[in-house]
Amino acid sequence: MTLTDSRLDPKRASHDVTLESGLGWTHVLSPGQIFRIVDLEGNQAVDTLFYNAEDETERYSAVDTVREQGNLYLSVGTRLLSSEGRALCTIVADTCGRHDTLGGACAAESNQVRYAIEKKYMHSCRDTFLLTIAHQTRHLSKRDLAANVNFFMNVPVTPEGKLTFEDGLSAPGRYVEMRAEMSVRVLISNCPQLNNPCNGYDPTPIRLLIWDRE
Amino acid sequence: MSRNEIREAQPVLREQLRGGQMWSRVLRRGQRLRLIDVEGGASVAGLFYNADDPTERYNMPDTLKAQQIARLTEGFVLYSDMGRVLCSVVSDSVGWHDTITGHGTRAHGEQRYGAGSYQKLRNDFFRNSRDNFLTELGKYDLGKRDLVANLNFFVKVAADEDGKLSWVEGHSRAGAHVELRAELNTLVILSNTPHPLDPSSQYAPKPVAIEIRAGEPAAADDACRRSRPENERGYLLTEAYFA
Repeated sequence: MTLTDSRLDPKRASHDVTLESGLGWTHVLSPGQIFRIVDLEGNQAVDTLFYNAEDETERYSAVDTVREQGNLYLSVGTRLLSSEGRALCTIVADTCGRHDTLGGACAAESNQVRYAIEKKYMHSCRDTFLLTIAHQTRHLSKRDLAANVNFFMNVPVTPEGKLTFEDGLSAPGRYVEMRAEMSVRVLISNCPQLNNPCNGYDPTPIRLLIWDRE
Repeated sequence: MSRNEIREAQPVLREQLRGGQMWSRVLRRGQRLRLIDVEGGASVAGLFYNADDPTERYNMPDTLKAQQIARLTEGFVLYSDMGRVLCSVVSDSVGWHDTITGHGTRAHGEQRYGAGSYQKLRNDFFRNSRDNFLTELGKYDLGKRDLVANLNFFVKVAADEDGKLSWVEGHSRAGAHVELRAELNTLVILSNTPHPLDPSSQYAPKPVAIEIRAGEPAAADDACRRSRPENERGYLLTEAYFA
């Protein structure tokens, strides 16, 4: 696993916001802008979707991304491919080393299956996605919520095809940075999951920074 | 054999898919769909929707994480995004059906095999699963927004410890089968085209036989249901939907 630092200075960022766990965020990046997600306290999972902002039927595709790069895990050099086979973003810096794109987003319904029928009341990423797109986008709906990226999450697959949820490789202050390759809508749910180790059972805030193209 | 067993043993429908062909049908709850790799080396991409409300559909991540698996075989189930079981894998002689590598597009096909136009080849023209899916989905007024991560029956792409993916050649043999049982009324969309990681430079999709049989939804002692507590809850939520 290779770690790659960024030389960008947070003081020069055009956006710099902190997002608590359990909240959503969406923003359109211009081509060439650099977007950084910082895992402020470590072991947080950041569920993220990407869309071509000019035609949101073109969206992030987990299966195209892993197949075309020939590897399951995302890190520096990964082109986050769209359903049309084009790069939405390219990961350009990463001090965590591995990010997941098979584990998807938690939902009230899948929590019932995974943990207990009575867990339906618990807050989830899909609820955050649905509320964020309802308030802040015009055309997106449930049909547009495809398999997402989980930044900082570690979901290894064994050669026998078993999927395991491991403790995160992340730590306080680790970050991942990507360059927008087109006009890209980013949609984030800062994961509120309390039932598994993806957040170390303690969901925490993240910091989101954007730099204009130099 | 009881009358019911005889009824369940005889296919109500038999069809053969040519290489390249697309197919769809609504399976009623309890019906079973068997796919048979006639010659070996088949590759069938599949998508699954709740026929009564197609915004509910097969969800790759929920299927994988509920069962902690990255492949499908007998004893496992296909989850929808609503925590319900769309279909159960009730019989499988292959052992590994791919869930994580998607499907090919026209661009993949042209790069690998050349143009293969209808003008030249008539109905042997080179088809791809993206266009097949969009065409077949269109018949139900579904489209790009509904095209999610698909299953690839008879295909194995394994990952090593660093996550590197490799195509497994010769994975499915002649006569191999997989059988699904619908637990919701399920719209099944299939596309029988070469997988984009298949290294062959010849466009040579294989025939696949389809058999549909009558049947009942999962019983209390069903193997898929008993395989793990997550699936027990998945079936409970599915039954509650029809309550």
